[in-house]
Amino acid sequence: MIYVTARTAFRALRRNPMRAMLTTLGIVIGVGAVIAMMEIGTGSSAALAKTIASMGANVLVIRPGAASSGGVTFGAGTATTLTPEDSEAILRDCPAVKNAAPMVRARTQIVYGGRNWIPTYIYGTTIAYLDVRNWGALAAGEPFSDRDVMNGNKVCILGQTLVRELFEGESPIGKEVRIQNVAFRVVGVLPAKGANMMGLDQDDIVLAPWTSIKYRVTGSSLTTSQSSGSSKSEKVNTLGNLYPGGSSLYPARSAVQEANQPLPVRFANIDQIMASARSATEINTAIDQITTVLRERHRIRPGEADDFNIRDLTEITKTLSSTTTLMTNLLLAVAMISLVVGGVGIMNIMLVSVTERTREIGLRMAVGARGRDILRQFLVEAVVLCLVGGALGIVLGHGGSMLVSLLLRWPVATSPVAIATAVLVSASVGILFGFYPAWKASKLDPIEALRYE
Amino acid sequence: MPLIELRDICKDYQLGELSVPVLRGVSLAVERGESVSLMGSSGSGKSTLMNILGCLDRPTSGEYWFEGQEVSRLTADERALLRNRRFGFVFQSFNLLPRTSALDNVAMPLAYGAHHLTEHEARERAAEMLRRFGLGDRLDHEPSQLSGGQQQRVAIARALINRPPLLFADEPTGNLDSRTSEEVLRMFEQLHVEEGITIIMVTHDPKVASHTQRIIHIQDGQIMDGAFAEATGREGA
Repeated sequence: MIYVTARTAFRALRRNPMRAMLTTLGIVIGVGAVIAMMEIGTGSSAALAKTIASMGANVLVIRPGAASSGGVTFGAGTATTLTPEDSEAILRDCPAVKNAAPMVRARTQIVYGGRNWIPTYIYGTTIAYLDVRNWGALAAGEPFSDRDVMNGNKVCILGQTLVRELFEGESPIGKEVRIQNVAFRVVGVLPAKGANMMGLDQDDIVLAPWTSIKYRVTGSSLTTSQSSGSSKSEKVNTLGNLYPGGSSLYPARSAVQEANQPLPVRFANIDQIMASARSATEINTAIDQITTVLRERHRIRPGEADDFNIRDLTEITKTLSSTTTLMTNLLLAVAMISLVVGGVGIMNIMLVSVTERTREIGLRMAVGARGRDILRQFLVEAVVLCLVGGALGIVLGHGGSMLVSLLLRWPVATSPVAIATAVLVSASVGILFGFYPAWKASKLDPIEALRYE
Repeated sequence: MPLIELRDICKDYQLGELSVPVLRGVSLAVERGESVSLMGSSGSGKSTLMNILGCLDRPTSGEYWFEGQEVSRLTADERALLRNRRFGFVFQSFNLLPRTSALDNVAMPLAYGAHHLTEHEARERAAEMLRRFGLGDRLDHEPSQLSGGQQQRVAIARALINRPPLLFADEPTGNLDSRTSEEVLRMFEQLHVEEGITIIMVTHDPKVASHTQRIIHIQDGQIMDGAFAEATGREGA
């Protein structure tokens, strides 16, 4: 029955290809516009979000809490509780965290040849820092490796300001600079980033393995004071797996031995951990996960205060979320307008079609068509038009957005959700707007319809 | 039992607040196998009467018995089924679907009859019907490619596709020249004589009406003479 009706619908549509085409055009443009707008808009939105994110919207800064002694509190960041292992654990155990980098800071003079400079930032870190801070590809050279971090190699990456101040434009790659009289080989140059929101020059920076900065530049007072001389342990934190696969000198200790005589670990504290959430919306999740992981690692009982604090860049995050909301609403408005325009187009042509075919309706009723036969016929015609139009609209919309991305180098993102929504909504719009004319046709009096001129 | 029996049928048309009576108490009977003309000048109500007979319209009051069934009380769907199965219609202006082949035009009523015919069987039956009316070589022609006489023959084939016992013709020769008119009328006579189909024809032309057994004269919504079969025998009764 449906098959026969569909055939009748196809035949009726073929009888007036012009009218069918015009009707379809409404839905084609509706669906096409929605898909193109959604794809271009989603692309722009994503690009915008990425741009704002590169300002540090996803960045979380974890700093140790305040140390206090005899009622005197020393201020944020003075406790020596944060370790590089914390950073590794955060990366490993927090699904919402994309990357995490341990950081030690130094402020000292850096010398090359006859020139010297005191950079705003000297950071000892891992290469994860570049990802966390969205530095992108290096302007020249290579980043240092994990092995450099493990070995405490004397390598560093310079920011653009330092290149300008120390090297006067010549390439610093392979040259040696002295940081606090320790010679570091320059392996890479960062791209320019400009000032941050506070107006501080972000290019005035030196990056080096945190081990090198910690043990070679800022001195090793903290570590040595806590390391036990009797310890022959190979577990020297991150340096421990320097030669993986090497056989152990001593028999493995049992769990009881571990508990009774814990090996003194060479303890290294770091100044802060910089982590990035997977997206701006996951920042709060990331904060919760990091808090859980660190409380567990630092053995903080429930009810006790954290010995660390986590800060996000709320200002930037707010900008990001408001921008995203704005873009989404804009797209929604545009999509709605296109769909309504398409739907009204369909209704108009269907109404005209009903009026034009009044005699046909009368004749069909005279030979025995019931009201619901007529209703079904017109409805099936509307649905067929909508489906064909929807398919063409997808091709047109997707092609259009592809063209825009090719010719204008505009960022687009294919959005299956947008496609599904557009087709679904346009089909329902078509049925909805096709229903009224169909219903009107089915309610016609056969004799009135037959007499209609 | 007559095939059709009308008892005191009235039909008013509403023109704004004014009620215009078109049929004022029409009673008539048509026996199975008759051929009858409804004759009258334009505005006499003959077309309205045929529309009521064909279940295209409903009377304002009165009873309409068809095959022993009171038809004016049927629902719209039941009347549609009646039109599909029991009636055939031939119109003055042919009323063929434009840009549709003769074959599809003839097969069209089969789509609504809840017939358990496959697409192929339906088309075969339509083709057979067209061949019977001498249009075997015109199956794929569209109405615009056919002459008036051919179009009316397609319309007659369409009217007979469900093998109805009753055929209504509303001025079937109104749009045809005299030669093709003659041809179409002979076709009606042939259907009447050979197949026993009851024919009710509306016309204003006495020459056309003379091709039927009985003529019912209508004037101002009332039947002047010929309302009942036996009345034809008694001239001037």
